[in-house]
Amino acid sequence: MSENFRSLETKFLDKTNRISFKYNGKKYYGYKGDTLASALLSNGVHLIGRSFKYHRPRGIMTCGSEEPNAIVQIGGNSSFTEPNVRATEQEIYEGLEASSQNCWPSVEFDVGGINNFISPIIPAGFYYKTFMWPKKLWYSLYEPAIRMSAGLGKSPTQTDPELYDHNHLHCDVLVVGGGISGVIAASISSDNGNNTVLIDDKSSLGGTTIFQDDENFKINDEKSSVWLNNKIKELENKKNLIIKHRTSLAAYHNYNYLLARENLADHKSLNERSNKLRQRLWKIRAKKVILATGAIERPLIFNNNDRPGIMLANSVKKYIDYFGVRCGNKNIIFTNNDSAYETAISLNKKGINVTIVDIRNSSSSMLVKNAKNAGIKIYWNHTIVDTKGYRRIKSIQIMEISEDGTNVIGDKINLVCDNLSVSGGWTPMVHLFTQSGGKLKFRDSDQVFLPNTAMSDQISIGSCNGDFELDDIIKNTISDCKNFLSSSTTDFDLVKVNCPKQKESKNIWLLPNDKPLGKTKPFLDFQNDSTAKDVKLAMREGFRSIEHVKRYTTTGMGTDQGKLANMHALGIISETAGVKMGSLGTTTFRPPYTPLTFGTIVGRNVGAFFDITRKTPMHDWHENNKAKFENVGQWKRAWYYPKDNESMHQAVQRESKAARDSAGILDASTLGKIDIKGTDASEFLNRVYTNAWSKLGIGKCRYGLMLNEDGMVYDDGVTTRLDDNHYLMTTTTGGAANVLSKLEDYLQTEWPELDVWLTSVTDQYATASVCGPNSKNILKKLFPDVEFNDENFPHMSYKNAEMDGINCRIMRISFTGEHSYEINIESKYGKSLWEKCMEAGKKYNITPYGTETMHLLRAEKGFIIVGQDTDGTMTPIDLQMDWIVSKKKYDFIGKRSLYRSDTMREDRKQLVGLLTDNPKEVLEEGAQIVQDEKKQPIEMLGHVTSSYFSPNLNKSIALAVVRNGKKLKGQKLYVPMKDKTINVTVSDFIFFDSKNERLNA
Amino acid sequence: MFIITCPFCGERDQSEFSAGGEAHIVRPKQPTELSDDEWADFLFMRKNIKGVQFERWNHAHGCRKWFNVIRDTSNDKIHAVYKMGEKPPQK
Repeated sequence: MSENFRSLETKFLDKTNRISFKYNGKKYYGYKGDTLASALLSNGVHLIGRSFKYHRPRGIMTCGSEEPNAIVQIGGNSSFTEPNVRATEQEIYEGLEASSQNCWPSVEFDVGGINNFISPIIPAGFYYKTFMWPKKLWYSLYEPAIRMSAGLGKSPTQTDPELYDHNHLHCDVLVVGGGISGVIAASISSDNGNNTVLIDDKSSLGGTTIFQDDENFKINDEKSSVWLNNKIKELENKKNLIIKHRTSLAAYHNYNYLLARENLADHKSLNERSNKLRQRLWKIRAKKVILATGAIERPLIFNNNDRPGIMLANSVKKYIDYFGVRCGNKNIIFTNNDSAYETAISLNKKGINVTIVDIRNSSSSMLVKNAKNAGIKIYWNHTIVDTKGYRRIKSIQIMEISEDGTNVIGDKINLVCDNLSVSGGWTPMVHLFTQSGGKLKFRDSDQVFLPNTAMSDQISIGSCNGDFELDDIIKNTISDCKNFLSSSTTDFDLVKVNCPKQKESKNIWLLPNDKPLGKTKPFLDFQNDSTAKDVKLAMREGFRSIEHVKRYTTTGMGTDQGKLANMHALGIISETAGVKMGSLGTTTFRPPYTPLTFGTIVGRNVGAFFDITRKTPMHDWHENNKAKFENVGQWKRAWYYPKDNESMHQAVQRESKAARDSAGILDASTLGKIDIKGTDASEFLNRVYTNAWSKLGIGKCRYGLMLNEDGMVYDDGVTTRLDDNHYLMTTTTGGAANVLSKLEDYLQTEWPELDVWLTSVTDQYATASVCGPNSKNILKKLFPDVEFNDENFPHMSYKNAEMDGINCRIMRISFTGEHSYEINIESKYGKSLWEKCMEAGKKYNITPYGTETMHLLRAEKGFIIVGQDTDGTMTPIDLQMDWIVSKKKYDFIGKRSLYRSDTMREDRKQLVGLLTDNPKEVLEEGAQIVQDEKKQPIEMLGHVTSSYFSPNLNKSIALAVVRNGKKLKGQKLYVPMKDKTINVTVSDFIFFDSKNERLNA
Repeated sequence: MFIITCPFCGERDQSEFSAGGEAHIVRPKQPTELSDDEWADFLFMRKNIKGVQFERWNHAHGCRKWFNVIRDTSNDKIHAVYKMGEKPPQK
């Protein structure tokens, strides 16, 4: 672009710091402090992207976070790439690369633009109505095609190289928004001794007043911008005030809990930001909150109101007065209020040709008088009926508005322009207020929703509270802050304000046109391409709730969340339905206020920090011996130890055989361990387990089954009586934490009279489980002082013993069905214990085995795994474990539920064994079991819960839950699979050593 | 994200606590003497009201103590916090 639109002086940019950047591959220049939008405008670039549905050319509309159109992809194909970045917020840096979105092959010529011409056949709800039939085309054609065209930018495909952080912040007063009222509030609050935090989303404070160039706006006889600039400088010296720039509030939850995103690096070049934090998410708890989030300008809704070059009036003013950028050479202002005249006067002062089209009949405000005196041409009582210009606005057509405001009359007037500044009044930003639970009220005089009753300790001040005149803003900000913070005097008590007041106002939500609505395109949601006629169509089709209309037309559902024109949608709905806007209400404003990148949301919880990993003390040994690991809860458990090139199946078969033939060793450290002490410990166990515990001798172990109060199996494990009033309970690995909290719950809330103390010792002890016919020989070697004969150390008993002076607890218990010992030692000696076991077992080919072999061995023996063979619907009776349910005990958790009619049903699903007719065929866990394959619908009897090929029995075995299974023993059943049906026979579920000869050997 | 005043630890963030359902449902002392309906009433029936509700909370990531909270479920306002076994404070 040859012409330079930055002909104007500005004190807000660093003109000595010229910066180059690329936009759609072409090199441009801007200055430090420019946003991408202001830098592009200074180069005469207006066309930024294509709209979502119709692929219409769109340009920069605003100068802030409400921007619907100018959203770009930053960072090209690099790992830094980010889609949907608002050009109006992105500051430029040396080497910045930005590109247009949603266009192909280029933003200038976009094939998707065809949608614009077929728009009459793709109205609201087009997708819902069209892609309903034929149904089978959905997966093969419709969905892939819709997915291709869905979305605006491109998601990054590489790992984000940047760092994000989370931080907590506590303060007395949080001020949100650094415009004039936020600055005054922060000043009053910190002067009053409150620890105050002021956050603002821009790089510098001051809002719109800081670039107010009009001499008629005066505070204490100074120009308002000068006065404010001095106040901002004073803030820097306040002791108890923290100011956070480039920080935008994302969410406002109840109890004054707020989330804010601080942008630390997005304005820096890649060289400057290496290895530094990109963004920080602040989790703020504030005692009091002052919202000064301001207001955003409304557009006007007329035919073809979306062309590049059509912008909001106040944004045009900011580009001139703040960035020193002209948005065009021939400007037209289109307005329904006086505030746009400020823009006209600014333009006129800078020598830019300007004309005003006003839908009102007149206005007596000082601003209008000044505009007239400057010789600006004003068309009163006129509206725009059409605009021309494909990639940039070229001209507009205006007509006079009829007396009742519903029609246009007279002749069309054609006006040439290259920039159209639109102002439809102001919408207070009440998003955060409503997020916090506040209720709104509607003010009819200027058609705005305002904060009414707040849920938490907060106030809204300034224009987000409906004050749009400078004198009102300052006067009310001071008095509201004084009340809110209980301060009697402030530095601002004597402030004197002079400003032009706004006068006549007129509001028409949908401006009249000479053409019927169906032939026009008055856009409401610029990003999602929904128009006034879409909203009217939705109403004609019967949608009444504003939430329904929103979803049907997608109005307000883009990345900008409809900040600009949601009010117009509401207005049109209320007019069409004949309902007052105040009673219609608004759609729900949900967090985040502006989009957050996922990196900020997850912070440091990425990679290895994504989830906690728990490792046993023997973990290094397993790793060094090439174990494959399995996640069990947060634990990493050794799964199997492949030798050479063994497959998992081969390794598990070898390990299982070795454990039964000679000796195996398992790391059982992950089992939950709860230390139970107290004079009522035995009574407590009686109440929580189904079986009796009072008579368990000291030094003995017992298997226990724990139920929920509903009678369903909850957990199991072996508990050892260490002393008179001292037990060690083990739980399943996954259930440890839940069991402890359940037991605590009962102790604290139901049985506070019991003297019992629970302590988790899972992490304090490491456990090696040595099993197999030679386990006794190995233990003898490790503990030469202990007598391991059956009289002295029988199955289900415990001994204390020392290994090199370190105390060990040895339990002779078994989960494999083999003669077996579990050795517990303080965690720090765990690895050493393991290595000593391996050394002592060398002679016996001691074989480390993992969880898979453990599961196989216990399945051979018919031992259940809670959570695998049970699923929260199995009683002990269903598991054929009647023997463990005490008939004598008066009560235990879940006892009463075992006598409910449903739990007593005989045809419940029950645990059985399954043997396949072909002994080599292994069933799939989870496979469904049926009796009659022919019957339609096929009746499902149950499913396979555990299934293995047993090397010790040389056949396939499985556990299953089957309806009425106890009575089906010996019967043939079927397991239908995708390509075949497997025939099975119901069997006993103990497949191996049912007489326990090996256990007691 | 509200703030709960644990009766043992003081004001803490909600994230330290876990909710434990309706309060003041006492486990029957003699369950075997109850009819199926009476037992089912204890076992399954819980209130879930919009408004002021009596709840159990556990300071799970703190002192691990259970206690009672009176909370308005419509706005998360906490009216009172009191220990297990204590009677709810009269308003």
